[in-house]
Amino acid sequence: MKRFLSLTLTALLLLSLLTACGGAPQADTPDNEDTPDTEDSQDGPAVLKVAALSSGYETNYPGMWQEVCDAYTAETGMEVTLTLEKNLEDVIGPSMQGGDYPDVVLLATGREKGLTEQFIKDKLMADITDVLSMTIPGETGTVSDKLIPGFVGTNATNPYNDGKTYMAPMFYSPCGLFYNAALFEEMQWPLPTTWDEMWSLGEQAKAEGIALFTYPTTGYFDAFFYALMYSVGGPEFFNKATSYAEGIWDTPEGQQCFDIVAKLAEYTAEVTPAQANESDFSQNQQLILDNKALFCPNGTWLPGEMADAPRADNFQWGMTALPAVTSGGDGASYAFLEQIWVPSGAKNVDAAKEFVAFMYSDTAADIFLKGGAVQPINGIVDKLEGDNVLFYSIYENGASAVVGIFSSYNAVAGTVGTNREEFFDPVNDLVSGNTTKDQWVARFKEASDLMRENLL
Amino acid sequence: MRSKRRSRFLVLCVAPAAILFFLFMIVPTLNVFRMSLFERGAYSPTETFVGMSNFRALIRDAKFIASMQNTILLIVTVTVITFFFAIVFAAILTREKIRGQNFFRIVFYIPNILSVVVIAGIFSAVYKPENGMLNSIFSLLSGHDVMILWKVQPMVIVSIIIAMVWQAIGYYMVMYMASMAAVPISLYESAGLDGAGRLTQFFQITLPLIWTNIRTTLTFFIISNINMAFLFVKAMVAKGASDVALSFMYNQKDAGLYGYSMAAGVVIFLFSFLLSALVNQVTKREVLEM
Repeated sequence: MKRFLSLTLTALLLLSLLTACGGAPQADTPDNEDTPDTEDSQDGPAVLKVAALSSGYETNYPGMWQEVCDAYTAETGMEVTLTLEKNLEDVIGPSMQGGDYPDVVLLATGREKGLTEQFIKDKLMADITDVLSMTIPGETGTVSDKLIPGFVGTNATNPYNDGKTYMAPMFYSPCGLFYNAALFEEMQWPLPTTWDEMWSLGEQAKAEGIALFTYPTTGYFDAFFYALMYSVGGPEFFNKATSYAEGIWDTPEGQQCFDIVAKLAEYTAEVTPAQANESDFSQNQQLILDNKALFCPNGTWLPGEMADAPRADNFQWGMTALPAVTSGGDGASYAFLEQIWVPSGAKNVDAAKEFVAFMYSDTAADIFLKGGAVQPINGIVDKLEGDNVLFYSIYENGASAVVGIFSSYNAVAGTVGTNREEFFDPVNDLVSGNTTKDQWVARFKEASDLMRENLL
Repeated sequence: MRSKRRSRFLVLCVAPAAILFFLFMIVPTLNVFRMSLFERGAYSPTETFVGMSNFRALIRDAKFIASMQNTILLIVTVTVITFFFAIVFAAILTREKIRGQNFFRIVFYIPNILSVVVIAGIFSAVYKPENGMLNSIFSLLSGHDVMILWKVQPMVIVSIIIAMVWQAIGYYMVMYMASMAAVPISLYESAGLDGAGRLTQFFQITLPLIWTNIRTTLTFFIISNINMAFLFVKAMVAKGASDVALSFMYNQKDAGLYGYSMAAGVVIFLFSFLLSALVNQVTKREVLEM
């Protein structure tokens, strides 16, 4: 009897062990995605799994994503389970390694963990070109009818330059230089429209004990540098440079980009690199609020992010595009784009595409707007409120809208790191004087060559 | 018959733990070794066998060499400083009559129960360039404005050392206090009668008698140091400012080089394994009985 008891107990233990392991979804190779999932259809209607980054927009209007998902269910009858996390990579990453993919993912390129980039490199995204010609659920027009031209077709949506769209443009936010408008008024400083005016403003500010420039972390240099490349060399140079064309950095335009960043480094607040890390970056943003620095590159989420921070009297946010290179030229502002995409290993690719199309419906767009998330669809600018009216009018005031990202390349062990590591992280050393401009430029060019050799 | 049943019962008792250990410790570790020979993206279902080429790339990778150097620097300095202070503080708190002994014991121990993120927050305030704690103290003492950028080269590694030592001292101090309390007072009394001073007593009695304890904690500390260095670097300083071995490994994963990152993992595993063995050998002494 005793023996029987001990055996039963052990069997129970082993059983619980096995069920615990079996709880994890079985690894499905993306190859068998075509076979219909009989299990799901027996259990009832399939459930769409949506994974979205919980960003500042969700903080502005908690429940934003759930409301959109509910609206989709109301429209199509398809149930949606939502995974909404600030550290989305850490949450969905491990189960994706086990072969369990969400159907739709909202996660932009250019994040530190580079999950989206890895999906591009390994060609793990579903082709969603046909979404553009799909009729938006609940409406009569197609997706491409509604999209503002220019947002689809760059390598931010078509990463392989083959005319196929793998990522849909979801939210966009103009990036620019943020400043205290009240300070400029008080000191009677005009906003610089060219870089020469910028440098003379730098000298004036220095006399007042104010630094010209600061940046939160080097991660903010990508948007800055994209806009800089565009304003220096126009679209042609921008396209060549973002695909690492041979010798592109030895052209006068390329040199000018380096000159401007190196000179800006001299005018950067001394404390900036010491605070340019994940735990202190808001101290750098605080320099603007305290009138200790004039300009800081950032996106429209900055006022919301710093809403509770103490500030100088009469402080008022202002945002301007990057100055032009020559007088009379156009400034430039990078449109930071968050993409939504479908993993090729997703179980419900068709429903996922429909969900992506639904994102461009008026119903969804209005809900997103409540959180301040702006989509690149016609007429959206007229619906904006508050600070956003000023920020999104930047393109109407003459600044060129810059869209696109550095082309993806295959990582090769031990040779070249990410764009940010190779191009922009050394800016910290440039500001603190641990690297010279020549060293930075030399490494920049070397890395760019390696990236070209390994282009996808 | 009875002993057979008994041993079967024992096997069954041990089995769950053994199976769990095998599944979640041994298998993943072996898998690290296997994956280091392949190249694959973290999310990609396909992998290609590349043999030792990940390891060859690793020895030529200047970033990996630099991160190993940082790791070794941290292991040596943090260990030496932490052990010195932990032993001295423990000796003072156990042997000397000080008011508020318990207070000090608790104060020193508190950092150990804080999470690394909280510690990073505390040290943000300590290292803040403008009116941060350290710079303010130095300004007060020197009479003019001191502006040390603690989280920028070349001070960044010093900042990490200070934070790591601050975090670790309390834990080891409490451990040594426990073993020092077990040393019989009579030994000190008779040594005192023989004319041995406090210092001689410390080196001749205290240290030899807690040596086994020091040896064990040293091995613990070196292994945990490799992990803690990663957490501190990740939470406190800018990416790429002073990478350590594990943060290098982590970054490679984000760059899409999963196999390469596993190769780094293998090297770190062997490194810490060998280092612990070496420390164990070097510190071998005849065990003294109390």
